[in-house]
Amino acid sequence: MSTIAEKKSLTDQFLNLYRDRADEISANSAPLLNTHRDFAVKRLGQLGFPVKGSEEYRYADIESVFRNDLEKQFGENKVSIDIRDIFHCDVPDLDTNLLLLVNGRYYNDGQLIKELPGGIIAGSLAEASRKYPDIIEKHYNNYAIGSKDGLVALNTAFAQDGIFIYVPKGVKVEKPVQVVNIMISDNDLMAQHRNLFIAEKDSEMKIVVCDHSLSAQRFLTNSVNEVYTAEGAQVSLTRIQNEHNGSAQITHSFSHQETRSRLSASTISLHGGFIRNNLFVTLNGEHAENQSTGLYLSDKGQYIDNFVHIDHASANCFSNQLYKGVLDDYASGSFTGRILVRRDAQKTNAYQSNNNILLTDDAKMYSHPQLEIYADDVKCSHGSTMGQLDESALFYLRSRGINHRESRLLLMFAFAHEVIQNIKVPALQERIDDLVNKRLRGELSRCNNCAMQCG
Amino acid sequence: MQKEQDQILGDLTSGEYKYGFYTDIEQDSIARGLSEDVIRMISAKKNEPEFMMEFRLKAYRHWLTMKMPLWAHLNIPEIDYQDKIYYSAPKQKAKLTSLDEVDPDLLETFNKLGIPLEEQKHLSGVAVDAVMDSVSVKTTFKETLAERGIIFCSFSEAVREYPDLIKKYMGSVVPYTDNYFAALNSAVFSDGSFCYIPKGVRCPMELSTYFRINAANTGQFERTLIVAEDNSYVSYMEGCTAPMRDENQLHAAIVEIVAMESAEVKYATVQNWYPGNKEGKGGVYNFVTKRGICKGDNSKISWTQVETGSAITWKYPSCILRGKNTTGEFYSVAVTNNHQQADTGTKMIHIGENSKSIIVSKGISAGVSNNSYRGLVKVLPGAQNARNFSQCDSLLLGDKCGAHTFPYIESGNQSAIIEHEATTSKIGEDQIFYCNQRGIATEDAIGLIINGYAKEVLNKLPMEFAVEAQKLLQISLEGSVG
Repeated sequence: MSTIAEKKSLTDQFLNLYRDRADEISANSAPLLNTHRDFAVKRLGQLGFPVKGSEEYRYADIESVFRNDLEKQFGENKVSIDIRDIFHCDVPDLDTNLLLLVNGRYYNDGQLIKELPGGIIAGSLAEASRKYPDIIEKHYNNYAIGSKDGLVALNTAFAQDGIFIYVPKGVKVEKPVQVVNIMISDNDLMAQHRNLFIAEKDSEMKIVVCDHSLSAQRFLTNSVNEVYTAEGAQVSLTRIQNEHNGSAQITHSFSHQETRSRLSASTISLHGGFIRNNLFVTLNGEHAENQSTGLYLSDKGQYIDNFVHIDHASANCFSNQLYKGVLDDYASGSFTGRILVRRDAQKTNAYQSNNNILLTDDAKMYSHPQLEIYADDVKCSHGSTMGQLDESALFYLRSRGINHRESRLLLMFAFAHEVIQNIKVPALQERIDDLVNKRLRGELSRCNNCAMQCG
Repeated sequence: MQKEQDQILGDLTSGEYKYGFYTDIEQDSIARGLSEDVIRMISAKKNEPEFMMEFRLKAYRHWLTMKMPLWAHLNIPEIDYQDKIYYSAPKQKAKLTSLDEVDPDLLETFNKLGIPLEEQKHLSGVAVDAVMDSVSVKTTFKETLAERGIIFCSFSEAVREYPDLIKKYMGSVVPYTDNYFAALNSAVFSDGSFCYIPKGVRCPMELSTYFRINAANTGQFERTLIVAEDNSYVSYMEGCTAPMRDENQLHAAIVEIVAMESAEVKYATVQNWYPGNKEGKGGVYNFVTKRGICKGDNSKISWTQVETGSAITWKYPSCILRGKNTTGEFYSVAVTNNHQQADTGTKMIHIGENSKSIIVSKGISAGVSNNSYRGLVKVLPGAQNARNFSQCDSLLLGDKCGAHTFPYIESGNQSAIIEHEATTSKIGEDQIFYCNQRGIATEDAIGLIINGYAKEVLNKLPMEFAVEAQKLLQISLEGSVG
C-alpha cells in the first residue's frame, strides 16, 4: 500500500510544482510550447508515474531515480564558466556542426538560431517556435502526444527548450550535425529538454547526439525527441550516452516515417548509472525502412534499459532491430522490443535480435523480444540469446598464442562491432570502436582532452 | 490463384464444433453464488475432513483480497462469480461396481465422444478415470495399478483415504496464494485426480482422465496432483471435449506435479472445450494453473499440449527445475479459429545446476482469432550451466487474425546459455505450388502443411492421443475436410 501512496505523492509533487511555477516555466519558454502544457499536466495526472513491475517498466525503478531531491531550474542557465573553454570534442577527423545543450537549454554564442552551411536550420527550439511557428505547430508534440507514458506528459508539461534541426526539401547534407548535451551544475539537478528533428521530402541528414556530464553532481534527464522523416528522406541518428554513473537518463524518441523514408538510429550506452531509452517508431508510409540498433556495455551497478516499439502501420515496410550488450560486475539490463504489424500492413519484413553476454554471476539481464502481428502475409522473426563467449573461439585464439585476456577482449570487441558498423559516419565509427575498446578494457572512455574527471 | 486459396482457407477455417451435444442427466447442484457457506456446503457434501475445509476457507479469504489480473493479451468479458454454480454432481443411486450400473445416458455421451469405457477397458490397456462434471463416475484398472502400489483415484477419494499424502503435497507446487484463479480453485475445487507412483515403479500403462463439462452454468474446478517418487515413471493424459452451450462456462483447474530424484513425469493434454460459435458467442473460459517441480536431482517433467478449443485459453504449464541435472520440456500446439483467444506458453525456472529446458510452441491462428505465446525463462544465480532453447512459430491463416509472441528471458548466471527464436509467417505459396504440382489439391495441401508444421509437437504425444489430436487439428481448422 505504501508504494501506491508514494507513487501518488510523486505525481502530486510534480503537479504541485507545475502549479507553483507555471508562470516561470512559461515565461522562460515560448508561447507555442506553452499551449501544450495544460493538456500534458492533465494527462500526467491521469497516467501518473510508471510503476516498477508494470509491463512497460518491469524492471526499471523510475521512482527511485526521481526520489532524489533534485533542483529544477526554470530560469536562465546559472552556469558561470564558459562551456567552450572546458569542453572540446576531440574525435579525430570528425567534422561536424556543433550545437550545445547545457542543462536542457540551448547554449548560444549570441545567435539563438542559425542557418548552417548546406542549408540546415538549427538552434533553440523555443526560438524556432517564434521564428517558424508553422513548422513547429505542425510537428511539435504531434508524435509524442499519443504516448501512454506519464513521463512523456511530464516532459511536455515542463520542457522549455531543446534543439531544433530542420532540413528543407531536397537538401542533402553530408556534414553531420552534432548535438552535445551537457549536464553541469553546482547542485544536483534535473533537466527536461525537448528536441525536434525534421527532415523534409527527399532530404538527407546525419545527427550525432552525445550525452556528457561535466561535474560530479547527481543528474536526472527526462528528454523527449521527436523525429519526422518525410517522404523519401534519409536520416541517420547516432546517440552516445556517456554520463557519469551517478546520473540517470530517461530518453523518449518518437520517430515518424513517411513513404520511402529511411531512418537508422544507433544508441551506444557506455556510462551512466541509470539509463532508460524508449524508442517508438511509426512506419506510416509504404516502403519505409527503419534500422534501430543499440549497444550497451555496463559494469558496477549500472542499469541500462532499452525499450523499442516498431509500429508497422503501412504495408511493404522493413524494420530491423539489433541490440547487443555486455554486462559485467553487478550491472543489470533490460531489453524490450516489440514489433507491431497492423491489420493491413501486408508484406512487412521485420526482424529483431537481442544478444547478451554476462561476465559475472551477479550481472542480470532481462530480455523481452515481442511480436504482435495482425497481418498474414508477413515475414517476422525475432531471436534472443544470453550466454558467454564461445569456448571454441577462445580456444582457437589461445592456440594462436593470444593470451586469455586478450582473446576475451578480442571476442567481446567483435561482438560489439556488429552494432558499431551500422553507424553511418565513418570518423565516428572509428571513434566509437576506440571508446568501446577502452571501455571493455576497463580504461576511462572519456574523450582524451576533456578537462573533467567524470569517468 | 490467390482468390482460390483464400476461398479454400475460408472454407477450411469455417468449420463448426462437432462435439456439441448436451446430455440430460439429473444433476445434484447447489444454488448459484459463492460465500463461506457455499464452501462449507461443498466440503460437507464431499464428506471432507476438517483440514480440507480449513484449506478451502483460507483460500477463499485470500481470493477475496485479490483482483482479476489484466496483463494477458485477452479480451475477457467481466465474469460474475456470484452467478456461477460451484458444485454439481450427476445424481447416483448407489455406489457402482460395474459398468452396467452407470447411467446409460452418460455412457451414451462417452460413446459419442469416441471413448467407450468398455472398449477402452478391454482393448487399449488405458485406465480411464472419467470425470463427469464434479464427481468421479467410474474408475477402471484400479486393481492392476494397486498391485504395483500405484494410487490412481479421484481427488476426493484421496482426501479421505490418503490424507497424509494430500496434506504433504497439495498446494506445495501451486499454493493457494499463487494467483487469482488458483485461489478460486483452491476454495471451490470439485474433484479431480490423484496419482501416486511409489519408489522405483514404472507405471505400466498410460493414465488418462477425460474431463467433461456438462451441466449448464457450472464452473468446473478440477484439481490434479501427481507425485512421482524416486526412480519412478508415469505418463499421464488429459483430454476434454465439452458440449455446446450458449452461456460462457468457467473452467479454472490446477495441476500439480512433484517429481523426486530421477523420476520422470509426462503430462499430455488435448483440450477441446467448446470454443463458441462463429460469432464468438458462448464458449468455455479455460484459466488453468499447471505447474510441476523437479524436486530431486536428474528428474524430468514434460508437458505436451494440443489446444484447439475454448473461447479463451489462459494457461502456462510450468516447470520449476530445482534439482541438479533436471529437465523441463514444453511442447505445444495452439489453434485458434473464429473468435477464439489464447494466451498460453510456459515458465521454466532454473534453480539447480545443469538444468535444461526446451520449449517448442506452434501457434496457428485463423478467422478473427488472437493467439499469443507468452513464456518465461528464468535462470537463478545458482543454476550453473543452465541451458534453454525456445522455438516459437506462428502461422497465420487469413488476414484478420493475430499471432503474438511475448517471451520473457531473465538470466542471472553467466554460464547459462539461453536461446529464443520465433517466426511468424503464412503458408508459403511456393509450398502450396509444390504440392499442387505433385497433384495434391490445394485444400489437401494446406491440411498436409499444417500437420507437418505441428508434427514436432504431435510426435511427443502418446499414440492414443496423437491420433485424436491430429483429428482435432483438422476438425478445428478444416471444417468439412476430414
